[in-house]
Amino acid sequence: MVDIANIRTQFPALHQEVHGHPLVYLDNGATTQKPKVVIDAIQQYYAEQNSNIHRGVHYLSQLATDAYEASRTCVQKHLNAKHTHEIIFTRGITEAINLVAHGFRSLLNSGDEVIISAMEHHSNIVPWQMACDATGAKLQIIPMDEKGVLKMDVFHSLLSEKTKMVAINHISNALGTINPIKEMIDASHRVGAAILIDGAQAAPHISIDVQELDADFYCISGHKMYAPTGIGALYGKEAWLNKIPPYQGGGEMIATVSFEETTYADLPHKFEAGTPNIAGGIAFKAAIDWLNETGLENINRYESNLLRYATERLSEIDGFRLIGNAPEKAGVISFIIDDIHPYDIGMILDKLGVAVRTGHHCAQPVMDAFCIPGTIRASLAIYNTKDDVDRLVEGVKKAKSMLS
Amino acid sequence: MASIQDIQTDIIEEFDMFEEWMEKYEHIIELGKNLPLIDAQYKTEEHIIKGCQSQVWLHAEFQNGNVIYTADSDAIMTKGIIALLVRTFSNQQPNNIVNANTDFIDQIGLKEQLSPTRANGLLSMVKQMKLYALAFQSKNTNAC
Repeated sequence: MVDIANIRTQFPALHQEVHGHPLVYLDNGATTQKPKVVIDAIQQYYAEQNSNIHRGVHYLSQLATDAYEASRTCVQKHLNAKHTHEIIFTRGITEAINLVAHGFRSLLNSGDEVIISAMEHHSNIVPWQMACDATGAKLQIIPMDEKGVLKMDVFHSLLSEKTKMVAINHISNALGTINPIKEMIDASHRVGAAILIDGAQAAPHISIDVQELDADFYCISGHKMYAPTGIGALYGKEAWLNKIPPYQGGGEMIATVSFEETTYADLPHKFEAGTPNIAGGIAFKAAIDWLNETGLENINRYESNLLRYATERLSEIDGFRLIGNAPEKAGVISFIIDDIHPYDIGMILDKLGVAVRTGHHCAQPVMDAFCIPGTIRASLAIYNTKDDVDRLVEGVKKAKSMLS
Repeated sequence: MASIQDIQTDIIEEFDMFEEWMEKYEHIIELGKNLPLIDAQYKTEEHIIKGCQSQVWLHAEFQNGNVIYTADSDAIMTKGIIALLVRTFSNQQPNNIVNANTDFIDQIGLKEQLSPTRANGLLSMVKQMKLYALAFQSKNTNAC
């Protein structure tokens, strides 16, 4: 049993008033608030350890390098990767997917196919469109049904020896659907395709074991799991990371440089050109340690109950329509109220101190599939309470009465 | 016809009556509901201004030296603000529109509606209104 009141005290940003109301923060799918330990880690780095890493022989540089590399080991253990050098630090999911999609340009040929799904956010669509445009490969899309569940029969029929890459989200940011990624990984491997899992919305809610999953690539975003913005990680199997070329050139990623020839550094540095987000990387460890202390199982159990409660309470409202009704969901409740634009509701909720996301959630094709301009999305974190949900429900009711 | 400045002063006085944000929003919603609809033939891709959240349709015509605007949006709050912008700028001379500002939106406490982060298409709409005015202005000058 987790002590939510105690957890809430650890998040300074939650304790403020917005437009005269105590803040209700339900936009965790966009980014979570940060616990004090994470804020302290950033502060401590700049106050006591600030130095460039991997190159200085001096004391501070060693201190910072050790802390940064300890974070890599922490991510490796957290995802149960086999090797620390299979963890590449990135700015976030977007950079991680771009790194892989750019690397795959050297492996894709005309006639090859890349499969993504109808419920991807733009970060897992556009990099693959660019890679396909550059190579003549074809982008195939797995459709979904009216509940927001992928049509797995279509997925299996799309797979062939032409498939070189499957890129899929673990949990949909717009719908909350948990996708059957283990089945998809195994099926992709049977045709010899690589598979990348976008774990942006999964990592804050469930534990991930990349070896058990047998994923080729798995990306996580720090700021959606209580760490700072600007830090994320790409896990890649060693063999795949060795197979794809570097994404960016610069310092840190080289072994030797001359004007005739440059040789690249070993993993993971081959993919980490330039001075990284050192403070973010170090604070990432603080966030993961915090998550593990709280316990992902506890978090998942608590949030699942709260999600059920939110769905029940919102269903009381006339005209409520749940968008995404998959049997397996996590973290997100996306909905519309009949005949009212999501933006109008979002504006009024804001005035009532309730922060939600409205719009297409950077997943326009998902909204097109449901023929709606967008949704209102409440996304949960461990510090949310039934009171927060009640405030949301009251807010939506108020907005509805003003707008009808 | 009252000047842009006069109309804006009227609007500011109108909104001074409201003490609570809720009354202001309710007024905006009413204005939105009462906005004369744009002619269906102009509700096309060509006239659309896409915001990230809501979208706006805008049409402009030049009649007797004045620009006439009609507009619409899929979100009612956005429509309410459009009603205010149309009331201010429509039926005015191009050079007055080009030189006018939208500070009144700030003064009636709805500054955030014209903020880029709102992504409701309104900021682009104001730009587009001025571009139309500029186009009519130069056309008019050339014709003389």
